[in-house]
Amino acid sequence: MTEVVALDRLSKRYGAIAALSDVSLTLRAGESVALVGHNGAGKTTFMKQVLGLIRPSGGSVRVFGEDPAGRRGVAVRRRLGFLPESVAFHNAMTGAELLSFYARLKGCGRADNAALLERVGLAEAAQRRVGTYSKGMRQRLGLAQALLGDPKLLLLDEPTSGLDPDSRAQVYEIIDALRRRGATVLVSTHALAEIERHVDRVALLDQGRLVAAGPLSALRAEAALPLIVRLSVETCTTAAVLERIGLDAEVLERASDALVLAVDPADKLALIEGLGRLGGRLRDVEIEAPGLDALYRHLVGRLSDDGRDQETQP
Amino acid sequence: MNALLAVAGQELRAGLRNRWVVATTLLLAALALSLTLLGSAPTGTLGADPLAVVVVSLASLSIFLVPLIALLLSFDSVVGEAERGTLLLLLAYPLARWQILVGKFLGQTAILALAIALGYGIAAVALRLLDGSDVEAWGAFGRLLLSSVALGAAFLALGSLASVIVRERATAAGLAVALWLLFVLIYDSALIGLLVLDQGRILTAGVLDALLLANPADAYRLLNLAGDQAMAQLTGLAGPGEPARLPPALLSGALAAWVLLPLGAAVAAFARKQP
Repeated sequence: MTEVVALDRLSKRYGAIAALSDVSLTLRAGESVALVGHNGAGKTTFMKQVLGLIRPSGGSVRVFGEDPAGRRGVAVRRRLGFLPESVAFHNAMTGAELLSFYARLKGCGRADNAALLERVGLAEAAQRRVGTYSKGMRQRLGLAQALLGDPKLLLLDEPTSGLDPDSRAQVYEIIDALRRRGATVLVSTHALAEIERHVDRVALLDQGRLVAAGPLSALRAEAALPLIVRLSVETCTTAAVLERIGLDAEVLERASDALVLAVDPADKLALIEGLGRLGGRLRDVEIEAPGLDALYRHLVGRLSDDGRDQETQP
Repeated sequence: MNALLAVAGQELRAGLRNRWVVATTLLLAALALSLTLLGSAPTGTLGADPLAVVVVSLASLSIFLVPLIALLLSFDSVVGEAERGTLLLLLAYPLARWQILVGKFLGQTAILALAIALGYGIAAVALRLLDGSDVEAWGAFGRLLLSSVALGAAFLALGSLASVIVRERATAAGLAVALWLLFVLIYDSALIGLLVLDQGRILTAGVLDALLLANPADAYRLLNLAGDQAMAQLTGLAGPGEPARLPPALLSGALAAWVLLPLGAAVAAFARKQP
């Protein structure tokens, strides 16, 4: 069986609020997927659905081929690791005590606990009370408990929020190691740029709807966002410069000695040639590829425009 | 089963760690000792067994204190974990929801049993050292310990129910205080008021019995103070002619029902809860 998670037209409503609407997504074994969206986009609700903590209002969820909220939910959760957003623990317990409690709940031996704490960099703090831990250390303990029992599916809800760059790099290292071992990983984040190299696919949620899903390169090609070109030129030569470049570029900003252009990515080489023809008139140039944040805004923006269109139609 | 015990063990360990056990044991022991030492002074010449006197005093004390401690222990079982953000993680583990709730209940019962046994045990041992007691009075003491734990369990179950059905910790705390006031203070006064007003027209003996069984604190009181002939004489609780109308088995059954019904309701409510 290669489908680890299968969501079919899943909807979840809380009263009048639609937390998820009509989401269909499949996670295959060994795949690592980033769930991206604003706060309140439905990422955590998505995770709760996969964990079987809430029942869908419509559609269905299958995890390892079973309904996680049904009778076999316990068996499903045994093969699953979860790191909640801003994880919290009982402050009076030590890291080692908590990890052995969670190991008991999961029904796996405590033999690997020391190695697990070592792996997340908590070996020295293991005998200290969790109340004395920093946020980063609590997050690492959260990661350690998610790794208990060698889970085949990992759900990580904002694993890097509020962490320093070192700890973030460590989280990504662990995600990479899990991918290499063949586990399926679902990471929710809004740091799209950081996660890019660590996932196979991106699923983008906005207001409970799945806006886009696929490899980032494909999403980027599909969106065809323009390159932003900043030119600094000799005073009062902007018109001549535009003529020389010879592209139908959109002028975003114009001053007596500077231009900001939006250029179709397909015209990139033509643009560089055109810049070469300018010779001494060109003082400086900056070419900015569309960032992931721009892509994100583009995808989310497209959806909300569609939404408005639909609303205006009778 | 293992998961259930793991949750119970964790709850007990937390109780030991945050000094709940020590604090309640000391409180109960201090009060029990003061009752013992003060209470045993006048009994020598009256011929009443000093331990029997202490059992009566401790039972009266327990009615107020044990429900309060139990409600304080249990009111944030679920809502507290939800507010601290630890509940979501617990629910994501491979255990059924009833195991979380019942496990916590068992752990809290263990905390309470430990505190009662140690606290009252200290008083009993002190008394035994001061002067000897009847074997029969020790039986009553054993019954006091067991029924106090049962009384505590009933209020732990009520507290758990309060903890499940509300959304905020503060609401659960308020509900716990209200439950305590209702069952421990208001209920009996209201009952007496009704009896006076009614003058025996509607409130027959049978109705009164039913009303007494409908309060775990009253069932406990009758079990300890009127369930035993010697105790009844000391307290004067059972009226002349009809000593111990409600048999101990029925009173124990009422206490057990007060444990199981709220706990069952809490389990049912927790199963439907959307975290």
